[in-house]
Amino acid sequence: MLILECPYCGVMADETDLHGGGEAHLKRYGPGSSDEDFQTYLFHRANPKGVHFERWRHVSGCGKWFHAARNTMTLEVYGTYSAQTYEPPKAIINAVKKKHPEWEGPNMGEAK
Amino acid sequence: MSNAVSALQGASFDGYCKVEEAGLVGMITLRGDLSSEGVTKAVKTATGAEMPGQGQITEGAKGRAGWMSPDELLLVVDHSKAADLVAAATKTLAKEHALVVNVSDARAVYRLTGDAVREVLAKLSPADTAVMVPGQLRRTRVAQIPAAFYLTDDQTAELICFRSVAQYAFDLLKDAVQPGSEVGIV
Amino acid sequence: MSTRLAKGGRLIDRTKPKNFTFNGKRMKGYEGDTLAAALLGEDQMLVGRSFKYHRPRGIVASGAEEPNALVNMGQGGRFEPNQRVTTTELFDGLACTSQNHWPSLEFDVGVVNNYAARFLPAGFYYKTFMAPAPAWKHVFEPIIRKSAGLGKVPTEADVDRYEHFYHHTDVLVIGGGVAGLAAALAAGRSGAKVLVMEQTHHWGGRAPVDGGEIDGQSPDDWTAATLAELESMDNVTLRTRMMGSGVYDHGYALGYERVADHTPGDDRPRHRLWRIRAQQIVTATGSIERPLSFAGNDIPGVMLAAAVRDYAVNWGVSVGDRTVVVTNNDDAYRTALVLKEAGLEVPVILDARDQATGPLAEAARAAGIRVEVGKAIAKVNGGKRVTGVSICSQAGEGSAVEDIACDAVAMSGGWSPVVHLWSHCGGKLIWDDEQSHFRPDPDRAPTGHDGQSFVVTAGAASGAMSLADVLSDAYAAGQQAAKAAGGKAVRKAGPKADPEATQPMAPVWIMPQGAGHQKRMKMWLDYQNDVKVSDVQLAAREGYESVEHTKRYTTLGMATDQGKLSNINGLAILSDALGQPIPATGTTTFRPPYTPISFGAIAGEARHEIFQPLRRTPMHGWHEDAGAYMEPVGHWRRPYCYAKPGETNEQAVHREVLNTREKLGLLDASTLGKLIVKGPDAGKFLDMMYTNMMSNLAVGKCRYGLMCSENGFLSDDGVVARIDEDTWLCHTTSGGADRIYAWMEEWLQTEWWDWKVYVANITEQLAQVAVVGPNARKLLEKLGGMDVSKETLPFMQWKDGKIGAFDARVYRISFSGELSYEIAVPASQGRAFWDALLEAGEEFGVMPYGTECLHIMRAEKGFIMIGDETDGTVIPQDLGLNWAISKKKEDFLGKRAQLRSHMTDPDRWKLVGLETLDGSVLPDGAYAVEGGENQYGHRNMIGRVTSTYYSPTLKKGIAMGLVKHGPDRMGDVLSFPTVDGSNTEMKARIVDPVFYDKDGEKQNV
Repeated sequence: MLILECPYCGVMADETDLHGGGEAHLKRYGPGSSDEDFQTYLFHRANPKGVHFERWRHVSGCGKWFHAARNTMTLEVYGTYSAQTYEPPKAIINAVKKKHPEWEGPNMGEAK
Repeated sequence: MSNAVSALQGASFDGYCKVEEAGLVGMITLRGDLSSEGVTKAVKTATGAEMPGQGQITEGAKGRAGWMSPDELLLVVDHSKAADLVAAATKTLAKEHALVVNVSDARAVYRLTGDAVREVLAKLSPADTAVMVPGQLRRTRVAQIPAAFYLTDDQTAELICFRSVAQYAFDLLKDAVQPGSEVGIV
Repeated sequence: MSTRLAKGGRLIDRTKPKNFTFNGKRMKGYEGDTLAAALLGEDQMLVGRSFKYHRPRGIVASGAEEPNALVNMGQGGRFEPNQRVTTTELFDGLACTSQNHWPSLEFDVGVVNNYAARFLPAGFYYKTFMAPAPAWKHVFEPIIRKSAGLGKVPTEADVDRYEHFYHHTDVLVIGGGVAGLAAALAAGRSGAKVLVMEQTHHWGGRAPVDGGEIDGQSPDDWTAATLAELESMDNVTLRTRMMGSGVYDHGYALGYERVADHTPGDDRPRHRLWRIRAQQIVTATGSIERPLSFAGNDIPGVMLAAAVRDYAVNWGVSVGDRTVVVTNNDDAYRTALVLKEAGLEVPVILDARDQATGPLAEAARAAGIRVEVGKAIAKVNGGKRVTGVSICSQAGEGSAVEDIACDAVAMSGGWSPVVHLWSHCGGKLIWDDEQSHFRPDPDRAPTGHDGQSFVVTAGAASGAMSLADVLSDAYAAGQQAAKAAGGKAVRKAGPKADPEATQPMAPVWIMPQGAGHQKRMKMWLDYQNDVKVSDVQLAAREGYESVEHTKRYTTLGMATDQGKLSNINGLAILSDALGQPIPATGTTTFRPPYTPISFGAIAGEARHEIFQPLRRTPMHGWHEDAGAYMEPVGHWRRPYCYAKPGETNEQAVHREVLNTREKLGLLDASTLGKLIVKGPDAGKFLDMMYTNMMSNLAVGKCRYGLMCSENGFLSDDGVVARIDEDTWLCHTTSGGADRIYAWMEEWLQTEWWDWKVYVANITEQLAQVAVVGPNARKLLEKLGGMDVSKETLPFMQWKDGKIGAFDARVYRISFSGELSYEIAVPASQGRAFWDALLEAGEEFGVMPYGTECLHIMRAEKGFIMIGDETDGTVIPQDLGLNWAISKKKEDFLGKRAQLRSHMTDPDRWKLVGLETLDGSVLPDGAYAVEGGENQYGHRNMIGRVTSTYYSPTLKKGIAMGLVKHGPDRMGDVLSFPTVDGSNTEMKARIVDPVFYDKDGEKQNV
């Protein structure tokens, strides 16, 4: 039962107020894309043991989607941020690196 | 119109808090740029209230204005005036990207009164009702439905839910205020 | 004999007797008794039978760890099996019965399993499954069915109420013993918000039983003074009868409050589940005494030493006149001293250690108790009750050197901290060699959302074993938690006790250490599941090296007690058999709940009419009053049909179809989703959402649209109306409004956030009525108001205006093929509008119709229904809807997916109409087969029925289905095998899916 801070409402929202939306920062491939790119977009999802960027919707709150940088093992939340970005903000990256200097950074929208 | 009725037509129940359906309440959803002058003006005209900040609900001479999300407000007004106020606000905001709709009949409103209003809400919602103060608006869940509630004073809460689940919400509140089920955490 | 002592019992009030029954026998106890204490007070030591061998089982413990004493509690709507007598408070009128026996507790046929015990070793069930199938069916299963299962299943609905309560706190203290109270004191003094919960109805835990002094006071007096201080703090909440059930992610914890278990029928909720969010959690959960493994250690009368002491001190109950104490540590001497003080006999203390030199041992000797060191129990004598013990040297193989008569044995194998709550959310353990137990490793605590630890243990739960250590550890834990939760620093000193000298315990896993197989077969590790030392050793020999596998193979530590007594002993035996140290074996996983909690508490308020939200339209009350047969559509309830007296539902549906086609029907269509989409980019946005073009829809017009997922599969459909230059109104399916609204918001917020579009879900703002049939226009004209003529409001257009006195938006759309208006009015006037239509429509033959009539009429017209023709694997092209897929648009959701090779495969099943040769109705979901078999030996399938009805209009069965190459096979006859057991096939011809009014002459008038 996680709690995540909704970056829009500023409240610590209970997991039951939220709806999980899977991996964040996917790049959409539409008509004209290769079968491989499209397949990756549609089906391939990262499932890391450790740092993960996720989509969440504050479904019974403000209704907005946001992103969370979270550790799937320790459940630590490095931060939540607007969904309206193509990659995690610098502050979030720094927060992760501070805890995990060896972390290589997010793997954005590429085949995994 | 005289034949308009609220979902439960003012049903009420006296438990260790009192639950009553508030009857017809005018409500307007306003989506737009909350920092724009037009929106501030529309809010003021419709309700007399100031622009609410994040998580707030403000009160004016004609109604309330609640912050629903970074681009959405809820205006609580007289039911009979809602349609006209929607038209007026739409006109005020004609030049900017905004959406004003009448949602008065899409909702049901409950008033909860008693010393233990926070406790009763805490039986149904994961929100920390103990720290809520009048002027705050919380959108959350009550049992299995989305809802929004706010305190008008320390003994009074108003809860808004969708009209279709008005009976469910009333039954939930009725269950929560059953005498004998006092938790003792007011 | 166990009996009530003439005096004593700090928790009972002898002026308040309570009557109860056990197996129908009338018994008496006192207020403050647990059921266990009251049973023992009435000499009812035998309380049940074990699960597998049906051996007699007596009370072993005095708290939540009790594995044996489970009873069927209550009657009728309050009947519940598997209730632990040690955690059940006695009340007047309590009625309970023992479990797991047939025909009676005293004489049990199943005990034959006991004599067959050597044929029922570890893994018996698994091995039996490997036997020939007939043996299982005819021999083993009937026997196991007869004997298996704990308790009886209730047969009546639970009459009690339950509820949840969400609570947020800075510090949660679980456990109200002296450790929990000391921690609460520290946290409370910091100003932090504190919740303290204690699972029993009394505070102080076992310190008052064990004795000692806290700040110069008795533990009872200190507890009272501390409670008074805590009660005076506004920031501290104290709750009894509330168990810390589980600790979960991010400081979430469950408190199981048994509000009214001891006062049934007093109108309070029986249980309340506290759903707590704590910044910091202090687990002051104490420790549990371990049994010793000696032959016959399961015979009723063999109990934990501390439990024997608890019964004497707390409830004034003697479990036996002559109690032999057997131990590997100092603590059990306290029991001997308590018993002696109560005037009871302690013939001997058997101390497995080589010497007994601690102050408690000296005190025992001084009290005149015989103390034998290096000695063990060779075996316990007795059947349904202990009659004596044979004693031997711990070092040897068990040759008895002396028989001692006794009626109780008090055993102590050392103490294990209750680490469950610490472990639930990832707290790690370390092995403590000195105490031979696993205790929490404070360096590896559970961590929360901020990456910091959020659980700290206090007192015995940390592994502190003396009162002095317990208090200092607990107070420090409270300080630490309060500080981490943002409380202010606490300078005031915590409670203190004098250090006491103790002699270290010595691990004893088998008694005597050289016991042979015959003895090990009688050493019980898990009383509830009948797992013995020999079973664990057998599992190890058979290759079960992982403790988790051994647990499941032997059932050690399963079922209701989850091995609270047996785990460590079992691990030790397994480790020994594997030749590795205990920490290398590790523990099984500790999972919530700590002890079983009721289903009622989990369900909370969600029962009866509020089991789940039921959505009602503004006209719902009318439908109910009219006796409509309702069907669920999502959370909505919609009228399926309105049967008149004497009419079947089927007859009603047929009447409604014919009446609507011939005269006039009304449908409550309020459940249809209605989404307003507005903004400069709304047209562009809708072009992405729908397969067809919506941006070029003219203001005032309507268009049927399809939505697909990114997988290309059809997900929703509905009519879209262009309201003004930058506003559209999108209708969704009845079940789809919330989903499609969320779908639109998701794309706007996460992909095209720079597009200027706002969406609002106004589904419930409007009541919507479909006025359908040849007389539809006449009715509206009679009501007056706006012009609804063909010229002013042609098919697929909409208009705002008045219908009678009602503000209305009227759509000329039809899902039935008839002249049809869908009219939206404010929901608050929905019922009045419905009434007005019915009243004015009487002269035109108006009748309301339900969803089944709607379905038949749309099927007659060949209109698809989301959820019938689609199932998440169907694309619009399969349904012949290519006309609704724009070829001009570069992109829309699902377009790319529909270009995949599988989606363009000409072999995909496609929509056709189906007509049986004899006019009968095909079964829903029936498959069409053709010659040959597939690789699994099944007949090759080439299609299936997606919608099927009897058409009252056409007086024959009609159906739609998806068939391989279907549209190219018009006129072909397919075979549909029936599944009614008749082994027959139905024949149906492929036809056009539009069965009725192909040219649309009826709707376009």
